[in-house]
Amino acid sequence: MDATAVSPAFSVTSDSADKTRKQQTPGPNAAGKSNRFGDTLFFNLTRAFAVLTLVTLAGIIISLFVSAWPSIEKFGLSYLWTAEWNPPMDRFGALIPIYGTIVTSLIALIIAVPVSFGIALFLTELSPLWLRRPLGTAIELLAAIPSIVYGMWGLLVFAPLFGEYVQPFLAATLGKIPVIGNLFSGPSLGIGILCAGVILAIMIIPFIAAVMRDVFEVTPSLLKESAFGLGATTWEVVWGVVLPYTKVGVVGGIMLGLGRALGETMAVTFVIGNTNFLNNASLFSPGNSITSALANEFQEASTGLHSAALIELGLILFLITFIVLSASKLLLVKLSRHEGAKT
Amino acid sequence: MNLRARRKLINSTALMLSMTAMAFGLFWLLWILFEVLRLGVGGLSPDLFTKMTPPPGGDGGLLNAIAGSLVMVGLATFVGTPIGILAGIYLAEYGQRGWLGAVTRFINDILLSAPSIVIGLFVYAILVIQMKGFSGIAGVVALALLVIPVVVRTTENMLMLVPNSLREAAFALGAQKWKVICLVTARAARAGIVTGVLLAVARIAGETAPLLFTALSNQFWTINLLEPMANLPVTIFKFAMSPFVDWQRLAWAGVFLITMGVLALNIIARVLFKEEIKR
Amino acid sequence: MSFAVARGREQSTISGNLDPALEHCQISARNFNFYYGKFHALKDINLDIYKNRVTAFIGPSGCGKSTLLRTFNRMYQLYPEQRAEGQLLMDGRNVLDRDIDLIDLRARVGMVFQKPTPFPMSIFENIAFGVSMHEKLPRGLMQERVEWALRKGAVWDEVKDKLNQSGMSLSGGQQQRLCIARCIAVKPDVILLDEPTSALDPISTARIEELITELKKDFTIAIVTHNMQQAARVSDYTAYMYLGELIEVGPTDGIFIKPKNKATEDYITGRFG
Repeated sequence: MDATAVSPAFSVTSDSADKTRKQQTPGPNAAGKSNRFGDTLFFNLTRAFAVLTLVTLAGIIISLFVSAWPSIEKFGLSYLWTAEWNPPMDRFGALIPIYGTIVTSLIALIIAVPVSFGIALFLTELSPLWLRRPLGTAIELLAAIPSIVYGMWGLLVFAPLFGEYVQPFLAATLGKIPVIGNLFSGPSLGIGILCAGVILAIMIIPFIAAVMRDVFEVTPSLLKESAFGLGATTWEVVWGVVLPYTKVGVVGGIMLGLGRALGETMAVTFVIGNTNFLNNASLFSPGNSITSALANEFQEASTGLHSAALIELGLILFLITFIVLSASKLLLVKLSRHEGAKT
Repeated sequence: MNLRARRKLINSTALMLSMTAMAFGLFWLLWILFEVLRLGVGGLSPDLFTKMTPPPGGDGGLLNAIAGSLVMVGLATFVGTPIGILAGIYLAEYGQRGWLGAVTRFINDILLSAPSIVIGLFVYAILVIQMKGFSGIAGVVALALLVIPVVVRTTENMLMLVPNSLREAAFALGAQKWKVICLVTARAARAGIVTGVLLAVARIAGETAPLLFTALSNQFWTINLLEPMANLPVTIFKFAMSPFVDWQRLAWAGVFLITMGVLALNIIARVLFKEEIKR
Repeated sequence: MSFAVARGREQSTISGNLDPALEHCQISARNFNFYYGKFHALKDINLDIYKNRVTAFIGPSGCGKSTLLRTFNRMYQLYPEQRAEGQLLMDGRNVLDRDIDLIDLRARVGMVFQKPTPFPMSIFENIAFGVSMHEKLPRGLMQERVEWALRKGAVWDEVKDKLNQSGMSLSGGQQQRLCIARCIAVKPDVILLDEPTSALDPISTARIEELITELKKDFTIAIVTHNMQQAARVSDYTAYMYLGELIEVGPTDGIFIKPKNKATEDYITGRFG
């Protein structure tokens, strides 16, 4: 299920691979003791490249840390919650980009998770058999579209319409509710945090939907038939039996989508507004995410401290995604252990 | 309303909502593709492939950007694929036991899903700073680092799908392990591995962020890897964010080219894979 | 004639002579045919299933016995390429009619499968799941119903202290009895058992067979089994099927001691199958 990071098309493959992984391939000495030179060479060659991945990861963390050091040294831990971003004065704080990254990703999840669930439900229970493949492929193609396309389309096509029709509508409806209304106040610029969140949602829907569909599909039909046999409706079977059965895989898929949203650059950069201050809590306001700050400012970063501050942002982003991805992997490990225990 | 009627209502509503969700997803796909087509096709002309990127208001094309992209994507694939395949072979054929395989697999998945902008920053830190400037080679390295985890993942998965009985038959004939792998196992998984490479190419073809910090871009023609090199994604980024209509039109044309290319690669990969499954 | 089978009959708790003429008919199949796509899986089935009796379906693999069982609650409806023709009468109505309410049907005809299928929820919730779909019971009554069902399913003593634990934490035999209890809780008229003990050890199997004999006092039971001795032990009527056709059906005594059809005798004596 992890290979949906590659392409949802391969999510099925990785699932069956996880199962066949229980088959052990023959060990390193399978060919016996005769003529081991070719084998040793090949073994070491492939192993060297495998080790390369560890080296790369270590290299990334170390080099980012070293490059960000001037900034880490100067601002320390308070970097994380300082809201100031003042290049001429060499004063930086990561709060606004971190806020933008987290809020846009949250908006994306809030929209994408129910929609993905609906799509997975449709593909597994409602859709006629002949439609399943084409529709599934269509959704997966959404994942194939490069993010710069989303960015450009978002800025030049979507955002104007969003600002002209959707935002005023939201302001007129949700904006009138006490407390929540503050999220939908302010001028309808089109671009902004909400717009970025919506576009991110569209981008991560195929990932989450593909994982959900895959785990729904491998639910044992005997289990579903037991529920139907008791007189349950389709919805009751999915909500009451299939979803609890697949919950670990579903959560893993959601975290995968979250990881993707957190790291997305171009789509967000085009529409988030690139503003380094935040006056109010409204989602209509423009802002910045870690990725958009990096994309926009890196070339013009005049002082070493500016560059270092930006790289520190990158390091923070990497750590956030690292944690989210590790958590999702641990969940999937728990899933396969759980399956083993059931037989 | 009695219990039965209420349950039926909930069921119908839920199923209706799920259909709406499906339509919602399809709507975006169709709208985006439609707009890309509409706005991009207008900018298509032979000039696109024959002239360089112009200054604002000028006449031009995307030749240097297209060429630069082709060169960097091609080289990155050329460099990254063998590394990825060999590492994938290690994981499938030697790494099923012991800690190295498990750790590598875990780290590979981290790299696979890491934000590409971070990879760009990493290459910036180790290459661009050392070389005191942006360059095409740095771009190639960044893209290769994106290719490798994809190829590792798919190679390992495809090799694991090959049944053990095939390997055992080869061993039974007295073959050495490396021959078994290269001549039998990898050959059996060949189509799947190729598909994986195609998907990796599709992935990096549209990547912008890593190139922003490595190859940057170049207004002029160059195939000198030691200089900043023009490429489609960064050019599009620059042109799209600008207020100039000419540039925006070129940006749409570029977007059209990338989208068509990536979709074509995906569809080819899918068809190839289906053929292989049938066999 | 297989003496083991005959012995089984003597040791079974079924007693008395059964006269089909005096039975109440629960389900009647008339000119019933079933297709998997183009494949004609069940051919012109005519049989009666009697109230408060256990009817067993036996026959070699692929003879259609499970297929037939799964039509009684229209479980085949989940798969578009499967279709049924003819009549399946239950209380005067044809179960195959389009305007039959499936939810209603499945409340009256319950099913237990070859492998235990506890839902991923607590033992209590497993039982309550089915009940809450058909009746709105306040908490106290629901608890009573759950206890009643677990007692009737002969599993109450083993789970009464762990009703909040997951249904999947029980042993195989306990899980299957839980599934039977889940089925009973809904208070159906008919219980369909599709090879219910094929995944269980001999001791659990014996307990479930005892349970079946108890249950028929309150429910009509149809059981598919590939184990002839089991059919001989628990059932009142046995139907022998082969290649989609109903070869012979009658009181179990008659079938096993003096089958009318040579094909039946060949199967029972182990000459084939």
